[in-house]
Amino acid sequence: MTTRTIEIWVGVFIAAGLAALFMLAMKVSNLSTYQGETGYELVARFEDISGLKERSPVTVAGVRIGRVKQIVFDDQTLEAKVVMEIEPRHNKLPKDTSASIYTSGLLGEKYIGLDPGGDMESLKQGDEIQLTQDSLVLEKLVGQFVANFINNKSDKKVENK
Amino acid sequence: MSGSCKMELATGRRMRGIVIITSLGHNAAIFFAAVTIMNESSLIQIRDLHFAHKQRVVFDGVDIDIQRGGITGIMGPSGTGKTTLLRLIGGQLKPTRGSILVDDENVPRLPRAALYRLRQRMGMLFQNGALLTDMNVYDNIAYPLREHTRLSETLIRTLVLMKLEAVGLRGARDLMPSELSGGMGRRVALARAIALDPMMVMYDEPFTGQDPISKGVLVRLIRSLNDALGLTSIIVSHDIEETCAIADYIYLLSGGKVVAHGTAQALGRSESAWAQQFLHGEADGPVPFHYPANTFTDDVMQSGNVS
Amino acid sequence: MLGALQLLGQKGLDFFQRLGRGNILLLHIVEGLPSLLPRLPLLIRQTYMVGVLSLLIIVVSGLFVGMVLGLQGYNTLVDFGAAESLGTMVALSLVRELGPVVTALLFAGRAGSALTAEIGLMKATEQLSAMEMMAVDPVRRVLAPRFLAGVISMPLLAAIFSAIGVLGGWFVGVGLLGVDDGAYWMQMQDHVDVYDDIMNGVIKSLVFGVVVTWIAVFEGYDAAPTSEGVSRATTRTVVHAALAVLGLDFILTALMFGD
Repeated sequence: MTTRTIEIWVGVFIAAGLAALFMLAMKVSNLSTYQGETGYELVARFEDISGLKERSPVTVAGVRIGRVKQIVFDDQTLEAKVVMEIEPRHNKLPKDTSASIYTSGLLGEKYIGLDPGGDMESLKQGDEIQLTQDSLVLEKLVGQFVANFINNKSDKKVENK
Repeated sequence: MSGSCKMELATGRRMRGIVIITSLGHNAAIFFAAVTIMNESSLIQIRDLHFAHKQRVVFDGVDIDIQRGGITGIMGPSGTGKTTLLRLIGGQLKPTRGSILVDDENVPRLPRAALYRLRQRMGMLFQNGALLTDMNVYDNIAYPLREHTRLSETLIRTLVLMKLEAVGLRGARDLMPSELSGGMGRRVALARAIALDPMMVMYDEPFTGQDPISKGVLVRLIRSLNDALGLTSIIVSHDIEETCAIADYIYLLSGGKVVAHGTAQALGRSESAWAQQFLHGEADGPVPFHYPANTFTDDVMQSGNVS
Repeated sequence: MLGALQLLGQKGLDFFQRLGRGNILLLHIVEGLPSLLPRLPLLIRQTYMVGVLSLLIIVVSGLFVGMVLGLQGYNTLVDFGAAESLGTMVALSLVRELGPVVTALLFAGRAGSALTAEIGLMKATEQLSAMEMMAVDPVRRVLAPRFLAGVISMPLLAAIFSAIGVLGGWFVGVGLLGVDDGAYWMQMQDHVDVYDDIMNGVIKSLVFGVVVTWIAVFEGYDAAPTSEGVSRATTRTVVHAALAVLGLDFILTALMFGD
């Protein structure tokens, strides 16, 4: 094994290692959609965010434009305060945009969907989204459904009498 | 004449000096020979050496003088710490007490840089050669040259071939250490030990385990290299015949002390019973044949009673 | 009873003594690293011995681990209707944990034991001693290049392991089990973060590289210069390195991915 062959193989090895790292960064992670520059922050308050996590996606019209950056519990208002980081190029969101927590699929994860309003002015760094809708909690939904069902049945009974 | 010149210059700036001298010629050689004569003190002075290893006392007050330009033999039974002595001289171990002066430098007290500089002037031949196994013979000998000098590859090649020629192995330069026989390996190691033209060479059991021809070769090489290069040689061995044949002065070590010292003939006439037993290889004497035990009859009678 | 306590105390003292020796050696090595820069061929050769020669086992293992992850992951996720998340599962498992840890364990077994054996043998045949007597510092000439080569190689090997594993999972999940190709990659990209996951994985593999190579080099240098001593040192390298990797993995994971 001559020195030249050894050097070639070491070069190949290091190139392969760096290529693997590159592949991981590009294809596996979010680097390709990562702008590098940090986006601007928006705040929204919810009464129930159950299931929403940090790094959950923030979408508009189904397209991801940002991520949930931080979720804290506000001791004063007893609400959940969600800080979202939006990519800087999406800076034309109207001031009356609403934020709702949806579920992706039936058992999938939660995400925040923004519904643009019609205001001329846009949301800027640090602005708060006023209109929010909580996450749908499955148990509450089922409970509501059952309660409705019972109500209907008893209504019908009363009617039939 | 040119041999002595090499020695003086070898202790200072080596290679470049040698090249100059050979062109200066005869008169310069005489001058340097004169300088040699003026430097007659012992090269190595060991005083009151004490050393212990894991509870075992190895040296218990040892005084040794090694004269310049000659071959000094250090002999003794296995395990008296002869190899340890070489390591102490080379600074790989530190004594618990005493001083070791090599060319007027107190080895145990030297800071690391100075110790490394001193080691470049010492050559050592290890018992099993200790050649670096991942390079061939040529590279092994070139190793100290490449590490410590900035000579061009052509000059290094000349030097390496010179050293190989001196030990008679110039044709083996492309072999790997694993392809060498024991005797050849030792000769290559010897060539490596003199690669930097040191002022002294230490031989750790050079004759042990060699066949008669290899022994003869080594004996001849050690003596002729010592004289031709003006080296000081220290041979640590328990091969009496070979060592006595070439050593100018001999020290006998046992039990951590110097038991006797003198020229080979003086020792042969020594009054010490121990020295006589050692030098003549007698089975019984101050070093007993029997390991301490009960008397034979007692032992046998006891085992007879066990049944 | 007293004898047992004494033995325990002795073992404890021995442990601390070895730990101290190991740390002193590490400092000595780090101190000698700058002197490697003019001697690049040494480093390159060692990177070959340590890194390139480990490629085969890493690539094959990465492939199989990725494929198993794909298979097992599918089996588990399909019950929850979440088979589309297979890509995420495979990628996160590999990048955060399996890549660095399994690579480190394999590295300790293959390269670590080889290093220990080589250095131990050099000690037993007095080559290290001969170097010292030739005024060459064996720590700088023998240990430092091997140490740096290991530290460089580990993250690269771990990255290769993870990348090949993701491909293996893709092959099984998408190719054999019918998971949607787009979903595999898109979900993955949505959930694997460059800084939190990949960077942390690289940091882990760097730490493991330092620890495994350090142990391997130390055990070799400290081995008893006999054949039995070298073989025991080699075993110790693999065992200690494996334990250290797993222990450190827990600590690092808690630090990086805990709350």
